Amino acid sequence: MFKIVKRETMADDTVVLNEIEAPRIAAKASPGQFVILKANETGERIPLTISDLDPERGTITVIYMVVGKSTALFQTLAVGDGYQDVIGPLGKPTDIEKLGKVVCVGGGTGVAVLFPITRGFKDAGNEVISIIGARNKDLLLLEDKMEAVSDQLHVCTDDGSYGHKGFVTEVLKDVLDNHKVDLVVAIGPVPMMKFVSRLTYEYNVKTLVSLNPIMIDGTGMCGGCRVSVGDKTKFACVDGPEFDGHKVDYDGLMQRLNAYTQEEKAAYEQYCKLHQT
Amino acid sequence: MTQKASKKEKTPRQPMPEQAPEVRRRNFEEVPLGYTAETAVKEAQRCLQCKKPACVTGCPVQVDIPGFVGQIAQGHFENAIQTIWGKNSLPAICGRVCPQEIQCEGECILGKKDQPLAIGNLERFVADRAREEVACEFPAKAAPTGKKVAIVGSGPSGLTVAGDLLLKGHDVTLLEAFHKPGGVLVYGIPEFRLPKEIVACEVAGLEKLGLRIECNNVVGRTVSLDELFEDGYDAVYIGVGAGLPKFLNIPGENLIGIYSANEYLTRANLMKAYRFPEYDTPLAKGKNVAVLGAGNVAMDSARTAMRLGAEKVRIVYRRSRDEMPARAAEIHHAEEEGIEFYLLTSPTAFIGDENGRVVQMKCLQMELGEPDESGRRRPVAVEGSEFLLDCDLAVVAVGADANPLLTRSDSEIALNKWGYIIADPKTGKTTKKGVWAGGDIVTGQATVILAMGAGRDAANSIHDYLTIGW
Ligand SMILES: Cc1cc2nc3c(=O)[nH]c(=O)nc-3n(C[C@H](O)[C@H](O)[C@H](O)COP(=O)(O)OP(=O)(O)OC[C@H]3O[C@@H](n4cnc5c(N)ncnc54)[C@H](O)[C@@H]3O)c2cc1C
Ligand SMILES: Cc1cc2nc3c(=O)[nH]c(=O)nc-3n(C[C@H](O)[C@H](O)[C@H](O)COP(=O)(O)OP(=O)(O)OC[C@H]3O[C@@H](n4cnc5c(N)ncnc54)[C@H](O)[C@@H]3O)c2cc1C
Ligand code: SF4
Ligand code: SF4
Ligand code: FES
Repeated sequence: MFKIVKRETMADDTVVLNEIEAPRIAAKASPGQFVILKANETGERIPLTISDLDPERGTITVIYMVVGKSTALFQTLAVGDGYQDVIGPLGKPTDIEKLGKVVCVGGGTGVAVLFPITRGFKDAGNEVISIIGARNKDLLLLEDKMEAVSDQLHVCTDDGSYGHKGFVTEVLKDVLDNHKVDLVVAIGPVPMMKFVSRLTYEYNVKTLVSLNPIMIDGTGMCGGCRVSVGDKTKFACVDGPEFDGHKVDYDGLMQRLNAYTQEEKAAYEQYCKLHQT
Repeated sequence: MTQKASKKEKTPRQPMPEQAPEVRRRNFEEVPLGYTAETAVKEAQRCLQCKKPACVTGCPVQVDIPGFVGQIAQGHFENAIQTIWGKNSLPAICGRVCPQEIQCEGECILGKKDQPLAIGNLERFVADRAREEVACEFPAKAAPTGKKVAIVGSGPSGLTVAGDLLLKGHDVTLLEAFHKPGGVLVYGIPEFRLPKEIVACEVAGLEKLGLRIECNNVVGRTVSLDELFEDGYDAVYIGVGAGLPKFLNIPGENLIGIYSANEYLTRANLMKAYRFPEYDTPLAKGKNVAVLGAGNVAMDSARTAMRLGAEKVRIVYRRSRDEMPARAAEIHHAEEEGIEFYLLTSPTAFIGDENGRVVQMKCLQMELGEPDESGRRRPVAVEGSEFLLDCDLAVVAVGADANPLLTRSDSEIALNKWGYIIADPKTGKTTKKGVWAGGDIVTGQATVILAMGAGRDAANSIHDYLTIGW
């Protein structure tokens, strides 16, 4: 069992942080990598990014949004409980080097994924400008942590309840107009990554995105996570999860993410009914 | 004497009782029900006890077939299992999944005139009996050697190495990427052909012998080979299988509803998606299912789809019936269960609806042309034969390649041009000192028994290394 040693909730309880004992993974992981977790015997294998780690304590931290049955089940786990299985670190680490000026753009829970990468670029000596967004103030994640690892932090909310009113792309455009940017890292909902990539393509700035297709094994064995990148089929779990944002077929990715919408909805509704009391 | 021999010839091959096709095509319970003791004895008595048994030459691990069959004929079932264990540590599995018709039974002398002896069924019978009724006595373990061995991958190959080295007194740890041990035996081959309880029982037996199992350990990611040596292991065996799915690379292959057989079967078997929503992993249910390929993997996928409630399941294969690589028994079972065979049919594209879900498949009719290098007649497309097949779920089962995750993480392990590990065919030694390999990661996708045979050879070589030297 992989014990939960710390649990926090954020964003109106829709987002949960778990710090989990997994010494081997903590000793090995780099920014950009993920783990696969399975809560119990009947559970599904769910990929989550390693948002932080502490090799000394032997722990990793994951931050997840409750969106369906499996994440709802994760949400019920308290400190002292554990996951039956945690597998990792999986995926290729982010290629972190000193480039000059790096802009890190995060939306929604994507900020949790973005944080260790941002810190990596900062530690490598880059000037880091970060832009994070959420639907409203309450849903905004990790503002303090992002602030600490960025030279500049811009915050946006869709409804204007905090920071700039509007989408991250608007702020990004402004930054691109005023700075010579060497790399953009964009992590968030698929449409956000799509629009960021479209914008940076116009400015000819290299852009990394982190993709989140449905996965099972995470070791390149099933092909379920395949995405089309520059007209080649790639397996996100081993060839990624980060790819050149200008080459990704986002519409194809969106479609494949909806493969089980019906089944997921039915399972979640049944789960909620059973656990209402 | 003459009278006895003619009497033997008259007893027909004892059929294996099976669940009726109309019933079993919708459930996941095992299809063959097993011999009773009485039938087993009757079948065993058909064996001619040949002086130079041809059957044994057909078995990749040389099970003493006349030996154990003779013991069954005399009702000495406990002796029979000991005889088999001498060469094959997983008989309950091999009796069920070996392609007997091209191995032991293919060579049996009885088969020249009549039906060969049902060697697989008998092997299964004694193994099941040993598991269910007799508390099986494992052979005694040798004194501890103090040497530590790590085995990467828990398929039949890794399990065989583990068993052999434990008996020789070594300290053995099995590292497995998945959350459950067993390799293809648990994630690939379905419950109705190989109940998972049998695999679990074999694994539990090894644990009783002292095997340590670390699941969730993706070697090459969680630990590297060099770190294993740093951790104090003296030798490493790699049996990671051939887990990289092949696709057809035709238009539309990323549409929703198109699975690799690996994904389809892993969801169904390992994740138990057939029991969704009791188990959390979903699996699309198709009405019109097309399975591309005609090996064991294709038959397993097709029969799984039928059990999940499909209306029509079609095997689509570009060659002819004679070239189908699946076990004869599985092709027969599939046909009985109502699976249709579209032979000499080659898919050229998938067509999707507005939501990106597959709805049809474009196919070409083929005919057999001139033989190719392998001697098989090459299928060539019939001009103007293009047609459409309705399909809302497709499973691509056209083979597997070498998964590079582990092999690319260590530059000292030499690979051939297809990415398989180069290992000495006699010993399994790789180009890295202290590292052996065997099974599908060396040969490409083959059979359970060949993977076990490679494991046995490597175990002997590892033992020599640990007691004598490289
Ligand atoms: C490499 C990677 C890293 C990720 N990191 C994070 C993270 O740090 N924080 C976070 O909140 N989310 C992350 N995700 C997404 C997360 O895995 C899904 O939200 C989760 O699987 C939903 O499961 P569910 O049963 O709760 O919801 P469901 O109701 O099953 O599904 C909700 C949505 O999640 C997607 N999904 C379902 N099953 C899977 C699966 N097995 N794999 C991937 N996506 C799936 C579906 O497209 C669906 O639209 C990551 C995904 C990947 C591939
Ligand atoms: C659906 C299907 C049906 C089949 N039917 C038959 C049949 O009827 N008869 C027959 O004889 N053969 C059959 N085969 C073939 C047979 O199963 C294989 O040849 C055999 O299992 C190979 O054994 P192996 O030990 O080499 O590898 P596998 O059984 O593939 O096991 C390898 C194990 O290694 C693990 N692994 C991989 N990478 C790593 C890593 N980096 N770190 C740790 N662990 C890792 C995998 O998760 C897996 O558990 C079938 C195969 C399939 C897929
Ligand atoms: S191991 Fe396989 S090939 Fe050998 S005797 Fe048994 S069933 Fe036949
Ligand atoms: S070849 Fe057939 S008849 Fe002869 S010993 Fe083997 S199983 Fe018996
Ligand atoms: S999750 Fe199976 S190949 Fe990527």
